[in-house]
Amino acid sequence: MTERPGCPSVAHPYMANSVGAIKAAMLADIGAPSIEALFEQIPADHRLRRPLALPKAIPSEAELRRHLLGVLAKNKTCEDNLSFLGAGCWQHHVPAICDEIVGRSEFLTPVWGTPSSDHGRNQAWFEFCSQLGELVGMEFVGLPVYSWGCAAGHAIRMAARLTGRNEVLVPRSMDPERLAVVRTYCEPEALASHIAVRAVDYDAASGRLDLADLRAKLSARTAAIYFETPGYLGTVEENGAEIAMRARAAGAETIIGVDPISLGVLAPPGDYGADIVVGTTQPLGVHMNCGGGVGGFIATRDEERYAREYPTLLISITDTLKPGQIGFGLTLAHQTSYGLREKGKDWTGNSVYLWAIANAVYMSLLGPAGFRELGERIVQQSHYAARALAEIPGVRVVFPGGFFKEFVVNFDATGKTVAAIDEALRARGIFGGKDLSREFPELGQSALYCVTEIHDREDIDRLAGTLGEIVQ
Amino acid sequence: MMKNGGLREYRSASWDEPVVMELGYPGRRGMVFGEVDAAIAAKVGAAEALLPAAMRRRRPPALPELSEPEVLRHYLHLSQQTLGMLGVNLFGTCTMKYNPRAGEAVMARPQVAETHPLQHADTLQGTLELVHGFDLILRELSGMDRFVFQAAGGADAAYTHACVTRAHLAARGELGKRDEIVTTIQTHPCNPATAATAGFKVVTLMLDERGYPSLDALKAALSDRTAALMVNNPDDMGIYNPEIKEWVRLVHEAGGLCFYDHANFNGVMGKLRARELGFDACMYMLHKTFGAPKGGGGPAVGAYGCTAELARYLPGPVVAFDGAKYRLDSDRPDSLGKVREFWGNVPQVLKAYAWARAMGAEGIHEASDLSVLANNYMEKKLLAIRGVTKSNPHIDAWRMEMTRYSLGVLKEDTGVGVADMQHRMVDFGVDAPWLSHEPWLVAEPFTPEAGEMWSKEDIDYWIAALARVSEEAYRDPEIVKTAPHNQSIAKIRTDGLEDPERWATTWRAYRRKHRKA
Ligand SMILES: Cc1ncc(COP(=O)(O)O)c(C=O)c1O
Repeated sequence: MTERPGCPSVAHPYMANSVGAIKAAMLADIGAPSIEALFEQIPADHRLRRPLALPKAIPSEAELRRHLLGVLAKNKTCEDNLSFLGAGCWQHHVPAICDEIVGRSEFLTPVWGTPSSDHGRNQAWFEFCSQLGELVGMEFVGLPVYSWGCAAGHAIRMAARLTGRNEVLVPRSMDPERLAVVRTYCEPEALASHIAVRAVDYDAASGRLDLADLRAKLSARTAAIYFETPGYLGTVEENGAEIAMRARAAGAETIIGVDPISLGVLAPPGDYGADIVVGTTQPLGVHMNCGGGVGGFIATRDEERYAREYPTLLISITDTLKPGQIGFGLTLAHQTSYGLREKGKDWTGNSVYLWAIANAVYMSLLGPAGFRELGERIVQQSHYAARALAEIPGVRVVFPGGFFKEFVVNFDATGKTVAAIDEALRARGIFGGKDLSREFPELGQSALYCVTEIHDREDIDRLAGTLGEIVQ
Repeated sequence: MMKNGGLREYRSASWDEPVVMELGYPGRRGMVFGEVDAAIAAKVGAAEALLPAAMRRRRPPALPELSEPEVLRHYLHLSQQTLGMLGVNLFGTCTMKYNPRAGEAVMARPQVAETHPLQHADTLQGTLELVHGFDLILRELSGMDRFVFQAAGGADAAYTHACVTRAHLAARGELGKRDEIVTTIQTHPCNPATAATAGFKVVTLMLDERGYPSLDALKAALSDRTAALMVNNPDDMGIYNPEIKEWVRLVHEAGGLCFYDHANFNGVMGKLRARELGFDACMYMLHKTFGAPKGGGGPAVGAYGCTAELARYLPGPVVAFDGAKYRLDSDRPDSLGKVREFWGNVPQVLKAYAWARAMGAEGIHEASDLSVLANNYMEKKLLAIRGVTKSNPHIDAWRMEMTRYSLGVLKEDTGVGVADMQHRMVDFGVDAPWLSHEPWLVAEPFTPEAGEMWSKEDIDYWIAALARVSEEAYRDPEIVKTAPHNQSIAKIRTDGLEDPERWATTWRAYRRKHRKA
């Protein structure tokens, strides 16, 4: 057996057949002269003529681990620091068993099997949909999509197809990060199925949607009105029912974006007029993962009209051939890109299905009382924090009432920029809220602070005390 | 030796596990958060009063009420009722490979798990260094000039390309004029689908007898309306289009961009690069080729790479390095914007980095060798099984890392088709193989992919399982047609799944439709 140039001389731990004798036996079995001969389909002038210039291999797990930990030690974390960052990715408590369950090899490593061999996984997915449906007040729920922004983008495209209209109204206070995703999903003007994104102003005093501006912009072109509660700037949209009613009267769909962790204390959007509900799944038992924990969902009433526009995978409960036994299977799979290629509904692919299992575990752990208790705690703590910060001279809370976990803090009267304040906070082990000064110049030097159940009173007092020293 | 012809007598756990919505007892708790601090309550009062009355929840959600160990046991039972790659899984087009647990363990630590994407870059230097390091690795593997990881899957990377194409055309004043994207019927459906979602018309080329479309067909499709070519090569029949360089030249000549869906990279990694073939952009699936776990369908990453000319259109932020420090650059006026919030499924990117470092250039070279060797080994043995044929049987060349097979003969002879086969394979502890994307180009298709992880014994086991299914089909087809026999549940009934009166994606809908009081 001649060694093949460029291959490892010791069997690699991830590759069972990287043993010379096995390769030789397999080659002999098929009657091929060499491994190189197997690549005969590739013309010589397509081939790379030199070995790859990659950093030295580290097949030793012990060495690899040391290398990774050595580099990652340069990070500072939200565990060792006190963080008030939110804005689309939030630090909530992740129950230990969420991690245990998503770490199970049966869930972690595979893709698809049959409905019988994947029964447990399919059931977990169905339980994700079922429990989320209870929280948002909807009977038809898809498997997750990549993120809240992607969910909103798909929902807007659903609405455009349903109404045959090509304009969507969104709040001007929308998260620019999420809006950037929505804009990507709404084709630009030069293209035939363009969807125009029009911003509806927000009320400067309350942060809520400006109803006069909404009335002015709603028209026979409006496919959907999209709004969120709590919105990006933290405020709860008090006029949800009226907005939905106006949309309906104009023949438009109402798409409501929510953070489901708030729905133990906030009304389910299905109750005040949502046609399509979208939102995030990350708060429900998934670590922030530097943004790699985000996920999104789409839910509607169980009406064929909506069901037939879903781009997501959909899993339905069904019977099996054994009387009395239940199983789960895909429904409406043919309308996806897997069934219809470019004629499918947008596209379908790998998403964040593992997180759906974490979400299912999370929702069953909390139950109705857990969601209520958690929601109340967050609301009280965030309001406590807002008031504590508002007591600092020069610091103002911009929308002081009726928010969930996030609120806007303005520093104009301190004469300091958010960037300078953040730097000083960082030096003291605190990550301040997201700087809004570039996104919303009209809010001046403002930041979006996020307080959740992971904070306690000492944390908040420490933030207030430290900020007080910094802005003095 | 094992009895039963070498096949294990696998039995799935069957817990007869109820749906979680039926479990529990009123008042039970699985997670408590404790009473809010007295000073907080004193200062702000009750939560209720802090929220607008109209928006308060009036009815509690009908979620189950369970203790913590009950929840744990329920989901452990569900995991045990999932075969999930615990046997042999050769699911084609997905490259089932080992997901090193070292990566899992390290990325679960707070240095990754408890970090926020909006933290100041100074506090994320470790992550940024590894992300940048991985970008450099992919640049070397592809010859591209820059990679981004925002796309949350292979399809999302294809979508990224469609959006890069839009931005590129807009910059040249050609958006709306060049409105066609050319692809082939053997290119993954996400390519035409994302092209259409981005607003393009799709032109799909059919295969000729060589297994790929002819240059004439391509030439006829190209015009001053061509925006881009989106194509994978090799395809999932194991056929490599040797004219691909000429394709790229022709598309460029017509003024279009060329995107290489390089998700079928496992058999050619280290052997050829997108750059030398002339492509402007390519994508890799980190959850497929680079050792990151699949999670039953994500979190995933489509790593999108392109030439320096297109880099200005990439979604942001991108990682920048000045030789001393890493930062995130969001100030990129020509950027297409974003395809997803933040900068990607970071732990998956870091796991892929860890995998690539563990493999190194030699390991990667070896892995493509082994995956092509294993496929051809399988092919020889599978074609010896009665009732099994392959696509394009007249093409007398070693296939790449996959071969498309057909049970058309078996079906004609015995009435047993690929769906029956899938149901029976799992009875031996073997995950069912991938069949084929639609439309099916061969009758009763199936597509195993051996990859580099599985041992020769594993592959032999898989072959033995298929041989057994064939033997049963000819001897006593009912065994196969009534399979599975060893799973948690029997075969599901599919007749109600497409019926609006009967489908139910939630427990609520199920109760309303099926358990009418
Ligand atoms: C060649 C090819 N391209 C694209 C994709 C889509 O990838 P994803 O499901 O991650 O979106 C796949 C899926 O396996 C694929 O095989």
